[in-house]
Amino acid sequence: MKCEEFQSQIHAYSDGELDLTKSLELEQHLPECAVCSRAYADLKTLRKALRSDSLRFEPNANLEARVKSALRREAHGGGTSLGWRWLIPLFSAAVLLIIFSGFLLTRSSGDDLVAREIVSSHVRSLMTPDHLIDVPSEDPHTVKPWFDGKLDFSPPVRDFTAQGFALIGGRLDYIANRPVAALIYERRKHQINVFIWPAASGDTRAAAQVQQGYNVIHWTKSGMTYWAISDLNLAELQQLQGELDK
Amino acid sequence: MVFTKRSQSEPKNKLASFEAAILPHLNSAYNYARFLLQNENDAEDVVQESYLRAFKYFQGYHGGDSRSWLLTIVRNTSYNLLQQNRSRQLVDSIDDSTEVPDTSEYSNPETVLRQRIDEDLLKQAIEELPITFREVLILREMEELSYKEIGTLCDLPLGTVMSRLARARARLQVKLAGKINQEI
Repeated sequence: MKCEEFQSQIHAYSDGELDLTKSLELEQHLPECAVCSRAYADLKTLRKALRSDSLRFEPNANLEARVKSALRREAHGGGTSLGWRWLIPLFSAAVLLIIFSGFLLTRSSGDDLVAREIVSSHVRSLMTPDHLIDVPSEDPHTVKPWFDGKLDFSPPVRDFTAQGFALIGGRLDYIANRPVAALIYERRKHQINVFIWPAASGDTRAAAQVQQGYNVIHWTKSGMTYWAISDLNLAELQQLQGELDK
Repeated sequence: MVFTKRSQSEPKNKLASFEAAILPHLNSAYNYARFLLQNENDAEDVVQESYLRAFKYFQGYHGGDSRSWLLTIVRNTSYNLLQQNRSRQLVDSIDDSTEVPDTSEYSNPETVLRQRIDEDLLKQAIEELPITFREVLILREMEELSYKEIGTLCDLPLGTVMSRLARARARLQVKLAGKINQEI
């Protein structure tokens, strides 16, 4: 075999990729040939130099973190676009807005729901005199004990005839998923229903609203929730609220 | 509830096993990309893009050498970028003849090749090689892949891997000899 062929094989030999027969032939030849053995020695020197770590390009320290965060974005359903991350604050704001407005909506719709129940109950109570009053009496000392055993609380019952609001009786009702006390007052033939039950939270200032033409006032005082409703004008209804709060 | 739990835990597990298997090859991926592209920023972009692609296709990877698998993706991504940039690297003519490299011109004692080789000169010489020679050299000498692995990775027959590698080394030796002679 010519040296030319041997020298073409020293690369595969050096790489451990030359088959056994050819390797043995080469190993026999090398010590006998100065040119081939020098070529092989040169190759080994070069390859040793190429193995040096200092020839490698080392990545910047932040590349791993950069790749990791890109992978996280990808893994959590994000796109590969770099612009995506700028949507995060916008997205957060939108979520907050939705949660907040949802909170407001449920809050108002909660009260709204009760207000509608109040109206229904008030209207029903006016349809027939029988529905209006369970215990017809202008005497608080008759009305108040009547609730005993029918409710798990004792509603404040007072007569305001002297102030123009005559107590005419009491009724058991069912509002906001619980039994409540309804007190009926009368002013110039206008019936006023005052619904009372224990409050879930602290005192709140009176809030007036109009529901289906009725004036409705809602407030919380001394652990009791009050809903007053009537076709009476708002100013006079607020007057009754003032008396009840005293 | 069940669906939410699945969709949250599955990507997490996938990410964890992907990172455990593939992230250790970051240095190899960068070194290879950097030698192919000859530009630090491009290399970093390509490595990031390659990891995202690898993650996407991770389910298609069933064992085997995970480093070769990743380097294949790095190679494809790098070549895509070079094509996009209409890199001159790709139009360098490649002489793939299997002729034996002529070693006679450097096989005299004055070439100093058996002495310590200056690493700066060597690195410069590698970077001056055409991309086809450069990449087989990097994969063999630095990443220590076998001819077969290189052939699969670069889609080349084994004979071509062998001859390109031989020619790459011969060119390096000639370049080094030339540079050393210039300095002397």
